[in-house]
Amino acid sequence: MIEDLDRLTTGALSEIGDCADPRALDQIRIDYLGKKGRITDLLKQLAGLDGEARKRFGEQVNRAKQSVSAAIESRAEALAAAELDRRLEAERLDVTLPGRGEGVGGLHPITRTIRRIERLWNELGFETVEGPEIEDDFHNFGALNIPALHPARAMQDTFYASQGERVLRTHTSPVQIRTMLSRKPPIRIVCPGRVYRNDSDRTHSPMFHQVEGLYVAEQVTFADLKHDLLAFLSRFFEQEVETLFRPSYFPFVEPGADVHMKLGGKWLELLGCGMVHPKVFEAVGIDPERYTGYAFGMGVERLAMLRYGVDDLRLFYNNDLRFLRQFA
Amino acid sequence: MKLSESWLREWVNPGADIHEIAERLVMGGLELDIEPALAERPSGVVVGRIVHLEPHPNAERLRVCEVEVGQGGLRRIVCGAPNARAGLLVPCALPGAQLPGGLSIGVSTLRGVESAGMLCSAAELGLSGGSDGLLELDADARPGQPIEAHLKLDDRILNLELTPNRGDCLSVHGLAREIAALYGIQAARPRIRPAVVVGEYRFTVELEDPLDCPNYAGRVIVGVKPKVRTPDWMRERLRRSGIRSIHPVVDITAYVMLELGQPLHAFDATRLAGVVRVRRAREGEGMRLLNGEFVHLRHRELLVTDERGPAALAGVMGGADSAVSEASTRIFLESACFAPTAVAGTARRHKLFSDAAYRFERGVDPELQRQALERATELVIQICGGEAGPITHVGRTLPEPIKVPLRLARVRQLLGHEISAREVEQLLSRLGVVLSHADTGTWHARVPSCRYDLRIEADLIEEVARLYGYDRIPAKSNPAQIAPSRPPEGQRSLDAARDRLIARGYQEVINLAFADPAPQALLDGGAMAVALDNPLAENAAVMRSTLWGGLIQSWQYNRSRQSARIRLFECGVCFHRDSAGGAIVETSRVAGLISGSALPEQWGSRPPRAADFYDLKGDVEALLGPGDWRFEAAGHPALHPGQSARIYRGEQPVGWLGALHPQRVTQLDLPSTPLLFELDWTVVRAQPVPRVQALSEFPSSRRDLALKVPEAVTAQALERTLRRAAGPSLQELVVFDVYRGSNLSEGFKSVAMGLIFQDYSRTLTLEEVDACMLRITAELERELGAVVR
Repeated sequence: MIEDLDRLTTGALSEIGDCADPRALDQIRIDYLGKKGRITDLLKQLAGLDGEARKRFGEQVNRAKQSVSAAIESRAEALAAAELDRRLEAERLDVTLPGRGEGVGGLHPITRTIRRIERLWNELGFETVEGPEIEDDFHNFGALNIPALHPARAMQDTFYASQGERVLRTHTSPVQIRTMLSRKPPIRIVCPGRVYRNDSDRTHSPMFHQVEGLYVAEQVTFADLKHDLLAFLSRFFEQEVETLFRPSYFPFVEPGADVHMKLGGKWLELLGCGMVHPKVFEAVGIDPERYTGYAFGMGVERLAMLRYGVDDLRLFYNNDLRFLRQFA
Repeated sequence: MKLSESWLREWVNPGADIHEIAERLVMGGLELDIEPALAERPSGVVVGRIVHLEPHPNAERLRVCEVEVGQGGLRRIVCGAPNARAGLLVPCALPGAQLPGGLSIGVSTLRGVESAGMLCSAAELGLSGGSDGLLELDADARPGQPIEAHLKLDDRILNLELTPNRGDCLSVHGLAREIAALYGIQAARPRIRPAVVVGEYRFTVELEDPLDCPNYAGRVIVGVKPKVRTPDWMRERLRRSGIRSIHPVVDITAYVMLELGQPLHAFDATRLAGVVRVRRAREGEGMRLLNGEFVHLRHRELLVTDERGPAALAGVMGGADSAVSEASTRIFLESACFAPTAVAGTARRHKLFSDAAYRFERGVDPELQRQALERATELVIQICGGEAGPITHVGRTLPEPIKVPLRLARVRQLLGHEISAREVEQLLSRLGVVLSHADTGTWHARVPSCRYDLRIEADLIEEVARLYGYDRIPAKSNPAQIAPSRPPEGQRSLDAARDRLIARGYQEVINLAFADPAPQALLDGGAMAVALDNPLAENAAVMRSTLWGGLIQSWQYNRSRQSARIRLFECGVCFHRDSAGGAIVETSRVAGLISGSALPEQWGSRPPRAADFYDLKGDVEALLGPGDWRFEAAGHPALHPGQSARIYRGEQPVGWLGALHPQRVTQLDLPSTPLLFELDWTVVRAQPVPRVQALSEFPSSRRDLALKVPEAVTAQALERTLRRAAGPSLQELVVFDVYRGSNLSEGFKSVAMGLIFQDYSRTLTLEEVDACMLRITAELERELGAVVR
């Protein structure tokens, strides 16, 4: 009986070892371990034994069942693993083929630059405010201390509409005026937007973009202006910046300055700024004795050109996709 | 304004290189460039005197000159200039000379006569502004002297681009004053000896309004020699300032203006009669100006008149009738202070830009008139001879001093930096601003009359900061706190719209906001465009009323560069006039254009499918986000009537989408039909802040429904009826197929929909869903003639 058991076990293990098909393996299990399996059958002979012999033989049969069962299990796992390998191999893709579906577009570099400028000022607590692009004389000039016959008017070539009654804003400063008229200090805003000047050549576009800023509160000083602009420039260009504040003239500030910055070994004029002119405060009903303020304005195209190495202003408005896609 | 360096150095000499001076000026707020007096200096050119000349034996237009060039003996030089004459002193290029433009002079033979050099015109020496013919030199020029020594060509030009506030620097004297202030040194002061008055020739001068002309000085000079020549030194200085020598008296007025900053005008006194009056123009008056132009005076222009009428547009330009000429022997010199506002309006209105107007607009020192008149008199008598009459001086002969209060505390408050009282006083004294103490920490500042830009405290503080040096004011941060704003979440930003479109493959473009009126009218659905009074060009005569024009332009630009599939968008303001009052309305819009295949060219989706209305609609829906949007077939003149829709939010129209009308495609000469959308962002941007609904814990059940419906029944109509019939348990409705084919009768289509039912409080029973489906199908059939397939 023991010999039968050993022979059966050896035979089963050998059949299992040779089996390459999960279904055949299942058949082997049924053949040996099923209800009518050949090893199971041996248990029926237990009835003819007794005492110690019965107990021993029972143990041996169980061991045999366990070893065959374990062999089947492990074979099944091996077969499943091999099967998976085969399947995975069969399903192998060329992962270098391009992906499908919609591509992505991109922001225009001017928008991208405005976003960056705006965000940097927003983080300093400047709220973004916008306003109309066609203005009246008061908001674009009068309130900004640029009276009708003043030569400063000639500094900005203006587009007019409605027989001179309306102007295409020449700067975003009217937004500052509108804000100062509608709110009380403290005021801290940035005003991005399109502006228009009647001038068109290689270095001038009749429409361009500005971001202006205004900070009005008690005790705002020229030293603050310097600090905030320096902070902005070093963040915008992501480097320590060497700057120069040079006296300049804008009718709506006093003192006024141009800010120059050393970039690539050259001094470049970057933006204009100054302390809000008392006449501007008077025009909007803010007490110039109690409040002081600073204002600045920067050309977005200029900053974009410096930042991205664009050497021709016209590239911004041709909308050549070969240019625009470089900012995707 | 251009000025000669050597002239300037006669007035102020800080002992610094000109580039260093320029740098100091730039840092003081004055914009300028340094240019050479002559772009290319000639060499080997000397002063020559034509001693004798005779006709060329073989050429009618040439003459053979014997020229003395200071080396003993005479040179024979052939010359073709019509003004060559015996005794004339001219520049003579000797053999070996190099002239600007690379011309080398040697001994040459002209029509059989040897010529040992060349007599030169101004142009040949590189001097602009000369007349034709030989450059005539002063009679006392020394033959043989190098021309660069005679004309003092070793000089540079300061080319100043001054901001409008610094009219005080528009002269040698003014600039010298500024340099002296920046260096803290002294500039020369004009030393002018009053002329000896001979005789009683004078005009009575009357001022209508001293506000227009606070100050007027004039004098007659008689016995002026008509045929004298402006001396070379003066011609050269004028040339370096870009002024061409015209007439000695006129040259002198220009010279004094450049030297002192006072524009002067010389009248031919014999052409003036009666009282000289400064007054506003009267209705119907007009005059011919020096430049030959006739101007109609309709705007109360300020004039200088005599008893016959206008003699000059005050401070802008003289009249042709009273102008000095080569025959004038009796002149009336005017040295007046016209008010900036009285001059600026006139110059701009008549588009007359003169050096005088430029200065008066910016403000001329009201204390300068007498001085300038004496200086001009001195030069006239020196150069042209004559006798000066007495000065007639009317107006505010002694202007009131300008006093501005200044507080030390305010200096600190504005600059954020401590500058001592002593230093403030010292800095301002350099500008001639005299401070006197009022109270503690408060001064009265007396401002020099030339500084029109110093009228309020802030102006003085700027001067303090400027002279102190902006760069010496340290940057400091202000700790002041401002409550942060409350950005409204219910208002989407344009940036959010941009990001959404970019994620769907759209490239942003930015076009100029000007439009060509005719093509725009084909696109904007009849909007009333806003025309510009002064457009740059005819094809940019109006403001854009739609973004489609720019998008189509960008599309075409790139199409011609082989970009077949294109997805573009633009965010921008559009302009129109409202139909009621014609007021200008600005709308912030987002618009897009697609063309070409639905997807980028790629493997695995062959054959490629052209993008259609529904691709565009998908993008628009993604942009709109959730909300009560409605798409309705409606007629936009620029869009295909069967492939376009108007978009509504509730009852409010918010935009359009569709294929461009085939007629428009032809009219605009487009290569194919683009799909377009445009949304009014101010309406679209509003989006409710989400309020979350509880999630249902009960299972949902789905039923599919295929209907045969007449063509005319829209998906929207089906959905509306269906939802109403279904009631609240219908959670979701998806159209998953639309089919037209041979097994359907003509005029019908099949629409297949998936319906998802769910209740929040319980599981719906099969019977309930079945009942609901029955209601739905009955209602669809009754209302829309839809039959279940």
